[in-house]
Amino acid sequence: MSTTEVKPTRPWAASPKDRALTASSVLLSVAITVGIVLGTPMKGKLAYFFVFLLTWLIVDSLYVVRKFGAKGVRDGLAAKITLYGAVMVSMAVFSILWATVSEGVAGLNLAFVTENMRNASFFDPIGKGGVLHAIIGTLELILISIIIAVPMGILTALYLTEIKGKAAGLIQFLVQAMSGVPSVVAGLFIYAAIILNTPLRPSAFLGGLALSILMIPTVTRTAQEVLNLVPSDLREAGLAMGATQWKTVALVVLPAARSGLITATILGVARIAGETAPLLFTVGVFDGYNFNPFVGGTGTLPTVIWAGLGAGTPEAAQRAWSAILILLIVVLIMFVLARTVGSRQFKKK
Amino acid sequence: MSIDAPAKVIPQARLITTKPRVSDQIFRGIVTAFSFSALIILALIAAFLLLKGFSTLKEQGLGFITNFEWSVTTDDAGKEIADFGLQAMLIGTVVISFIALILAVPLAVLTALFLTFYAPERVKKVLVTIVDLMAAFPSILYGLWGLFILMPMAVYWAELLHKWLGWIPLFDVPQPIFTRSPFIAGLVLAVMIIPIITSVSREVFAQTPLDRVQAAYALGATKWGVIKAVVLPFGANGVVGGAMLGLGRAFGETVAVYFVLNIVFRTNFEILFTQGGNVASMIVLKFGEAGPTEVGALMASGLILFLLTLIVNFIANAVVNRTVKSGR
Repeated sequence: MSTTEVKPTRPWAASPKDRALTASSVLLSVAITVGIVLGTPMKGKLAYFFVFLLTWLIVDSLYVVRKFGAKGVRDGLAAKITLYGAVMVSMAVFSILWATVSEGVAGLNLAFVTENMRNASFFDPIGKGGVLHAIIGTLELILISIIIAVPMGILTALYLTEIKGKAAGLIQFLVQAMSGVPSVVAGLFIYAAIILNTPLRPSAFLGGLALSILMIPTVTRTAQEVLNLVPSDLREAGLAMGATQWKTVALVVLPAARSGLITATILGVARIAGETAPLLFTVGVFDGYNFNPFVGGTGTLPTVIWAGLGAGTPEAAQRAWSAILILLIVVLIMFVLARTVGSRQFKKK
Repeated sequence: MSIDAPAKVIPQARLITTKPRVSDQIFRGIVTAFSFSALIILALIAAFLLLKGFSTLKEQGLGFITNFEWSVTTDDAGKEIADFGLQAMLIGTVVISFIALILAVPLAVLTALFLTFYAPERVKKVLVTIVDLMAAFPSILYGLWGLFILMPMAVYWAELLHKWLGWIPLFDVPQPIFTRSPFIAGLVLAVMIIPIITSVSREVFAQTPLDRVQAAYALGATKWGVIKAVVLPFGANGVVGGAMLGLGRAFGETVAVYFVLNIVFRTNFEILFTQGGNVASMIVLKFGEAGPTEVGALMASGLILFLLTLIVNFIANAVVNRTVKSGR
């Protein structure tokens, strides 16, 4: 008896013929696009891009309609249009990243990250003066906000996940509403409540207070998600061993969620690191180092960028771009940290 | 032969109580107290802005919302005549936010659909990172990008729009100046709110009941058929909620709008013209040289902005919460 070898076939995979058809449709679309753009007064790379998108839709539909009919055409159109949406969104992101890097690099030099603006102004040529004072100021603000917002955020999250009191629904709702508070309102609030009423003048501390308002909801919501991921077996085991709830939370739940809570903190920092509007009311202006967070203004990266743009000279704009490049690097570091720390926790599970 | 069982000593029954220990009471007390911080902060914000803005609100009455003059002048007797009206700014804010919404919602929904149903695993990971990154960009970066990179392009698009659709009053302009217009501000805001709408939509789409999706496939639906018949009807509410969250964000955006909008106290519906209003940016713009009277007016503006975003966010969260819960 002879046996026949059965080869697994993959009827859904693209055959060489299909590939050739796809390639020819793309090529045809490119050719038509070039023809259209050259033949009409349109200009620019974006014109090529958008005309190509449209042409490819039409050309490929014509290819598909022969084999699959109108239903196939609609399916193909949907697949392509969703792809286009994603591509356009990514293009915006890459445009922003590229602009920051390409414009910002020109103003970067050693002085820019090791000096302050005490003996330099925005009108001096690049190479004189730097933004170290603003970097320090921003770090100062971040530290103050962490000290205020992280305990509050985590305690609120504990209430929502561990105690689950009667008001949990209300608190949840309010935290969500709080994450929508416009940043300018946070700054105005600190100005109205503290600067207009007490002898405290704009300082890093007040800036940190304003930023905390924006940071608390982010920390709370992330911490809550993380605490919800801690298996309830762990809690029950702790309680069954006779531990009080306080001991269970402090020695079991929080350590289990530690890396997630760090992620929550980092996400909160990423949220506030670049906030500008509240700082305009609360931190004041200073061109040198100010290590006292309670007295005197502080330079921060966002306010320096703001001032640089307001000054209006090419040198000032260049400084703004370089400063925002540094700010973006700070935010990106936070972002990558949050992802690596966060993914470590999920791997453990 | 048997061994006598030892006499049993029955211990006193342990006192069982559900009363928490002292340490637990303290712990619960502290946590509960801190959990109300959100309520307290929100209440304090409203209270202090009202306190400082009260005189303006009282003086201007309803005119604070319906007038569009904004001036502080001193008459011959040295008395201050203050005239504050937010109408132009409020309408401007709404106009810009809706432009942003009209542009952002389709793109965000398409991206969310692509992520949920079309993207290969590797592309999906990259794209999710990109969208998250977009949410983490500082708003001043959007402002800078909008001013230097987007504006030159957007002016060209605005000219095209005006050339071909200028007969619609919306796209008409009194003078051919297209920079710093509500249209451009709307574009920048659209890019800013795409990530939030995308992530909410994605979350909702991903919760589409699998049995319904598979049932549709089993009936011979194409992928688009499944999306149209099952996913979109299921996710519509969530998308609306996400869009409203984006709207709330757009209402309150300050810095990015400040750079790309020419703020003028005149109600303007010609979105391509270099004249617009935005409450948040106006506050920052006027704050620098504001006297005590004007600061009061700015506080009142802040209060109105705060209440506006709060209401939008309340509704949005209610919608999103309901949809997301019903899916589980």
